[in-house]
Amino acid sequence: MKAYVSIWRLRFVNGMQYRAAALAGMATQLFFGFVFIMIFAAFYSGSSGGEPISLQDLITYVWLQQVFLSFIMLWFRDQELFDLITSGNIAYELCRPMGLYPHWYSKLMAQRVASAVLRCFPILFITFLLPEPYRMSAPPSWASFFLFLVTLLLGLLVIVSISMLIYISVFWTMSPIGSILMISVAGEFLAGMVIPVPLMPQWLQSIAYALPFRWTADFPFRVYSGHIPVTEAAWGIAIQLLWLAILVIAGQWLMRRALRAVVVQGG
Amino acid sequence: MSRNKDWIRLEGIGKSFKVATRTAGLKEAAKALFVRKHTVVEALKDISFSIGEGEIVGYIGPNGAGKSTTIKIMSGILVPDGGSCSVMGYTPWKDRTDYVRHIGVVFGQRSQLWWDVPVLDSFELLRDIYKIPDAKYKQNVAMLTDMLDLEKILQMPVRQLSLGQRMRCEIAASLLHSPKLLFLDEPTIGLDAVSKLAVRNFIKTLNKEQGVTVILTTHDMSDIEALASRLLMIGKGALLYDGSLEELRGRFGTGRTVTVDYRGDSGPIDIQGATLMDWTQERAVYSFDTEQIVLADIVSRLSEKVEIVDIAVTSKDLDEMIVELYEEHQI
Repeated sequence: MKAYVSIWRLRFVNGMQYRAAALAGMATQLFFGFVFIMIFAAFYSGSSGGEPISLQDLITYVWLQQVFLSFIMLWFRDQELFDLITSGNIAYELCRPMGLYPHWYSKLMAQRVASAVLRCFPILFITFLLPEPYRMSAPPSWASFFLFLVTLLLGLLVIVSISMLIYISVFWTMSPIGSILMISVAGEFLAGMVIPVPLMPQWLQSIAYALPFRWTADFPFRVYSGHIPVTEAAWGIAIQLLWLAILVIAGQWLMRRALRAVVVQGG
Repeated sequence: MSRNKDWIRLEGIGKSFKVATRTAGLKEAAKALFVRKHTVVEALKDISFSIGEGEIVGYIGPNGAGKSTTIKIMSGILVPDGGSCSVMGYTPWKDRTDYVRHIGVVFGQRSQLWWDVPVLDSFELLRDIYKIPDAKYKQNVAMLTDMLDLEKILQMPVRQLSLGQRMRCEIAASLLHSPKLLFLDEPTIGLDAVSKLAVRNFIKTLNKEQGVTVILTTHDMSDIEALASRLLMIGKGALLYDGSLEELRGRFGTGRTVTVDYRGDSGPIDIQGATLMDWTQERAVYSFDTEQIVLADIVSRLSEKVEIVDIAVTSKDLDEMIVELYEEHQI
């Protein structure tokens, strides 16, 4: 366990170095947040009521997306891991007395957390100070807030297990571009990153609910705003855990198969 | 220390790779979008050998012969198609995580250190990965720092190190967990003379004082000469030679070259049993085989005709012997 913590720490320290990237990222995220909110605000002002989600909840939803972007983005990738596979440096990873799956899992988690820690607090701070209607609102109850933290964390675990599948696929494809594009375009849409899930047509919502992606973003964000009530959230946690188990088991199985056929590139 | 002769045993190890083939050119590239041709490359065919505890073995062969593949199979990275391999009682690829605790690996062309952080940070990570007890870790770092002269570079980020400095750190990194078996895949590649000697001396001491078994691949025959008592040669995936360096010398080492400087005008002189390689007014170079003619005969034949000023004899060096061995096996 200490080894994973250690990998985690080194990664974290490494990730924290990129302050300029973090600043640029924050500016971009604020910008996108504003744009999304303006669009939705325009839609809502023209609608005749009966929206599936209130504008205030929606604004919170958008800001949370931006704040925790590095927690939930599928395209957030670790070039180093891809390079390990395609350049053959994976040879060294395989000489270590630890499973490759947990090893990489902890690396990917650390990278996301490092990036989020750098960005989320300043953005959070700013979004709470914004004028109405852009201001982010606090969760309705402590229970909602607590459940949000749990679901967000579980969501992070789920997203890392999904992205592990992308990394594993590179053992066969030798290029991450295809896998990333396919999974991230579909995955992000179905996670409600483009259109919030509550605003999707009914048939599309059924698809989104049946797949793991929305459990990583849409679900925790709606728990935060109270749009998903506390009791329903508890059930959602069970489903998150189920997805996590399925994805991790599948990932480990695939990883074992990949390593059996692994070709260390470049002699 | 009890020396086990079959500490490492490989039997009938084979490994082939499926390689997509495609000729260069736009048209071929377009074709390859639809139809992929694969050829199977046999990297290793039926490799068998044993290595005893405490040996230093040089593993040589031309580029692409299968050296690295063998090392990777022995270190548990690759799974062979067939055959069996046992190292210290483990099957490397089956018991990988347990097994790799006991081995150290250095791939000369790759890096295991974290590029952006000081060397010591990488070491500490390895300490945690290998669960090295603190006392042991401190002791090993102190020893390695001393032996490899790392004092000044441990606090530097890896990207600022020269290749020689980095390689010394790489070797130290592979030895932090006191492995009993060390694989070195081209550890001296690209190093200058000083670093090369430092690395070699270190390996020698390590083997002598701690009984670490070393398996070394290299293209630099002077590495082998300086370190290895035993030589394994592989070519086209098959084991071609397994024996001591002396044996190899005995087999190919009877050739000599003699360079003679002289005064006196004679024209080229033919000597029975020796071949005239080069001739000028003041110098002649002959190659000969000590089994056919002795040096004294050549000298006396020459001194009949010219006044000899200087003689220099060189025996064939290891590189040439290896080339001959390659040629013998047509690789």
